[in-house]
Amino acid sequence: MRCWEPRIEEMPTAELKEMQYKLLKSLVYRLYSFSPFYHDRMKEQNVHPDDIRELLDVRKLPFMFKRDLRDSYPDKIFTATQEELVRYHVSSGTTGKPTVVGYTQNDLNGWTTSLARALTSIGLGRGDVIQVSYGYGLFTGGLGLHYGAERIGATVLPTSVGNTERQIELMQDLGSTAIACTPSYLLHMGEVAEKMGLSIKKDTKLKAGILGAEPWTERMRTRMEEWLGIKAFDIYGTSELSGPMFTECTEQNGFHVWSDMALTEIIDPKTGEPVAPGENGELTITILQKEALPMIRYRIGDITSMDEDVCPCGRTHPRVQRIQGRVDDMLIIRGINVFPSQVEYALMAIPEVGQHFQIVVDRKGALDDMLVRVELNKESFSDKITDLMIIKERIEHKLRNALNVNADVELVEPGSLPRYEGKSKKVLDRRSL
Amino acid sequence: MDVKKYVIKQISIFSENRPGRLAAIAHALGEENVNILAFSIAEANGFGVVRALVDQPEKAYKKLSSIGFNVAFTDVIAVHMQDRPGGLYEIAKMLGDANINIEYSYAYSGKEGAVLILRVDQVVDAIEKISKSGATLIESSVFH
Repeated sequence: MRCWEPRIEEMPTAELKEMQYKLLKSLVYRLYSFSPFYHDRMKEQNVHPDDIRELLDVRKLPFMFKRDLRDSYPDKIFTATQEELVRYHVSSGTTGKPTVVGYTQNDLNGWTTSLARALTSIGLGRGDVIQVSYGYGLFTGGLGLHYGAERIGATVLPTSVGNTERQIELMQDLGSTAIACTPSYLLHMGEVAEKMGLSIKKDTKLKAGILGAEPWTERMRTRMEEWLGIKAFDIYGTSELSGPMFTECTEQNGFHVWSDMALTEIIDPKTGEPVAPGENGELTITILQKEALPMIRYRIGDITSMDEDVCPCGRTHPRVQRIQGRVDDMLIIRGINVFPSQVEYALMAIPEVGQHFQIVVDRKGALDDMLVRVELNKESFSDKITDLMIIKERIEHKLRNALNVNADVELVEPGSLPRYEGKSKKVLDRRSL
Repeated sequence: MDVKKYVIKQISIFSENRPGRLAAIAHALGEENVNILAFSIAEANGFGVVRALVDQPEKAYKKLSSIGFNVAFTDVIAVHMQDRPGGLYEIAKMLGDANINIEYSYAYSGKEGAVLILRVDQVVDAIEKISKSGATLIESSVFH
């Protein structure tokens, strides 16, 4: 099957936008009338539902942030009563208080439909065996994929996480054709399989990976596809949106966000204004059809770009590119947004330096000063200062091209930079503002 | 002529330009009982390269690498100089006349007179030209 709901997925763009406008309009009326939270927010912003006269008027509406959800713990901004809810999911709360998401039956149906469309778009359906190796429970990944996979008529193998050897045996014995898990878990499975004397490429029927819930790169995609003999697809979602919702199609060029469910904007996190088409900015989503926890202009905090052209697969819904970083990691250097991930990406293309780096931001007079410290590779060391200066200048040039802002580069001794897991700790901001 | 015996192994060490780095290098070499015969430091913005002639280059390389330094061997040559006014001029003029381009150079006062260490692009070519000019090259066996 090519499309789960071709009438919607391939709807001409103008009609799709008209549909979004109608959904937005009724959402705003509903929330203004029935949600004290949104009513107050709209009053504060001095905007009334009658002010929404076209789709772009969404920009008149107030933003909503993660902290709004935390502050309303557990269910203060739900727009459905507990009797109307059929399920709760709770996010882990690693960066603060947990957040609770409630679902009505219609909310679950919408979520499941979203995944049914997504799984169909990567070529899965009846006859496939989909191994769900996301956690089942309060986390949305396991149950979300489970219902989506059942809806398209595939056979679900609900292995959840852990017990990797048993997972690989079952993958082989029951002929899993697709697996949904984190990219790092799939890499781990590949290694465990080899220790067991098995090759996922040769000894299993696996053909697709539905990978998400953590950041990954094109380089990892290439590696997994070659090594494991699969196609690797990015899946995106957050518990606030319901859970995992959107995947790439077979074009593997950004995930389709279903326009009848979500209105996507990419905004400048600093000004709140829309960025130019194709530019990076903060993903902001208005959830159009949910009953229990709809959201207006929810700022997820993920940085990415969006392509609104019709996809070669025929779907008219916009594609959002792989997540580039988090707003929390963003630095503003002389008024320009800089993400550590951009620095990392630029350095990856320079063979003379290792992958470890540190960004030091300081203020010289009135100007921000950015220094990137990189470790010189053993092979690239030269006894001639001129050779080393050429390397340094080449890195500075590449960084300037990638970041649109000048950065000084300091070559440091191998192994001298601190090793951290998270990106944000790679930044030392010495500016006292 | 056996040019090889005139090729001297210099060790070059990448070092950040901050207090204590030279001490770290010197301490490590002392621990290994490696003697430094000549050395120089070249500095740039934030980093430098320490260059040294030592009596046991392999041992020095191993030790410095093992404690995390970026180390490389570089081929250099050494020319004997008269230890009197005009001594450097004679050698420098000869190198200029022979059209030998110096990448960098440093000098030290050796046991049997002054010595000029040269890093050149074409080592073999330079050795042949210098011998022809009548200047005295110093064999690597004098150092290690």
